[in-house]
Amino acid sequence: MRRGHVVWPVVATGATFLLGFLWVFPLLWAVLTALKSEQQAVAQSLVWFPNPASFTAFRDVVALGNLPRWYLNSTVTSLVITLVTVALAALAAYAFSQLRFRGKNALLWLFLAGIMIPFEALLIPLFRLMNDLNAVNTYAGIILPQIVSPIAIYVFKNFFDAIPKEIHEAAVVDGASEWRILWRIFVPLSGNVLWAIGIVTFISAWNNFLWPFIITTSPEMMTIPLGLTQVQDAYGVRFARTMATAVLGGLPVVLAYLIFQRRVTEGFLTVTGLKG
Amino acid sequence: MRKTVAVRDLAVSKKAGRPRKSANFTAILMLAPFLLAYLLFFIFPTLRAVQLSLTDSTLTETGPFVGLANYVQLLGDADFWAALRNTGFFALLTVIPTTLVGLVMALAVHRLVRAKNFVQALFFLPFVLPVSVVTLLWQWILNSSFGIVHALTGSTTSWFGELATAMPTVAVVTIWWTVGFNMLLFIAGLQNISKETYEAASLDGAQGIQVFRYITWPLLWPITTLVLTLQLISSLKIFTQMYLLTGGGPFNSTRVMLQYMYDTAFQNLSGGYASTIAVAFFLIILLVSLVQAALLSRRR
Repeated sequence: MRRGHVVWPVVATGATFLLGFLWVFPLLWAVLTALKSEQQAVAQSLVWFPNPASFTAFRDVVALGNLPRWYLNSTVTSLVITLVTVALAALAAYAFSQLRFRGKNALLWLFLAGIMIPFEALLIPLFRLMNDLNAVNTYAGIILPQIVSPIAIYVFKNFFDAIPKEIHEAAVVDGASEWRILWRIFVPLSGNVLWAIGIVTFISAWNNFLWPFIITTSPEMMTIPLGLTQVQDAYGVRFARTMATAVLGGLPVVLAYLIFQRRVTEGFLTVTGLKG
Repeated sequence: MRKTVAVRDLAVSKKAGRPRKSANFTAILMLAPFLLAYLLFFIFPTLRAVQLSLTDSTLTETGPFVGLANYVQLLGDADFWAALRNTGFFALLTVIPTTLVGLVMALAVHRLVRAKNFVQALFFLPFVLPVSVVTLLWQWILNSSFGIVHALTGSTTSWFGELATAMPTVAVVTIWWTVGFNMLLFIAGLQNISKETYEAASLDGAQGIQVFRYITWPLLWPITTLVLTLQLISSLKIFTQMYLLTGGGPFNSTRVMLQYMYDTAFQNLSGGYASTIAVAFFLIILLVSLVQAALLSRRR
């Protein structure tokens, strides 16, 4: 009985670590493959570790493909989407939370109803709209449909609602304009929420596949997730290169996650409503 | 600025609650940017989808009004029902397994003393990857001639290409990719259960599995329903990983609702009929959400 109490936690902890290792093994295997030569990658007797490790596959991928261009496209579009989403949502949420105006409830209801409509159901009319606006294969075409986030408004509004009413009222009495109150009091107070919404928006925009897939056809306009699907066709059965591409494609988000781990997990919890 | 928010001002704060003359105007200015984007890229496309579903349109040209003809066609469309069945099968293979795996991971990580954040990161990491990185990784691992699964087991199964294995394999890949998020939600739930609750339970003589059965599980139930809800909705929306891994094959056995809509619109260029599928897709999602909302509110 007493012995069981000592052994069981050790076994459980060991099993957890082992499972964790197995869980990231596909990522490690991709990195190991990318560092091999093509011959080692497809050798009949399995080569576990690259010998010697070489960056040839990475070099080839960067030199031959559109990868640098895709990085640029992803960076520009994701940053713009994030900044615009956060700005639009903060402004609208402030109005909903702190101002009284006519039609407020109807508008709020209209926005929250938007949470129910799946983006996927809008692909055809959105494509037609962008086609009519000549925005196919443009940054504007990639960005515009992604800046509408009713959930961001919802999260901001909940946070603004929790700020004591007296703060707003006192600032009004002091003669501060609503713009000044938002910019000088509410925005500085909402650091964590800004980070949360910003990070989740950025990761979602960076990883978005479906919309760029619909709206871009030319390889030069593709974002990273979309571009990655093109390289296999180009290289045929070059597995080390394919894995180098996958590693380079995943690297920015993996690094961002490892650096901002707590911010990222808190961001996702905030957006789900589990953390304020 | 913050200095001016002094206590003395609070005395007159009642007056300040009145909307000022300019409040309506300020509110309009603050709402205008979002409202404009929302109307243009959300409300308009929503109404447009319904309108297009009543026409015989191509992908880019609006065709004649045909009333409910598309909907009648949809009801008798074997391909649509097959896609719906495939979507349901995928949901069956993922919703409950991914919830259970997430729960087990959370329990395992939560009880760790050392390196908790590290192990949590290992499980969460796949979730931040773009879908195409995930599909490239698994195509390599499961490659029937050169993949590591072939090398270790000698299996020559073409995992994504055979009727029996295609759907379950996509399900496994999807669980690997997304379960870290469920784990995160469960860990948040576990952290909200106070130490006192556990102490009281242990004073009452609860041990091991009893603690889980009578304390942890009931207190985690709200999170569990949240996870199940999110999972069901997201599995109904599955498209990309399926499209990249199987392309809907073999023999359309993994073609799901969204791919049927995509094929109809962008391959067959039937924008009108594809919009009908989109409206049906939206109604199914809405129905599921409403049923779940009703079930959840009855529990409270």
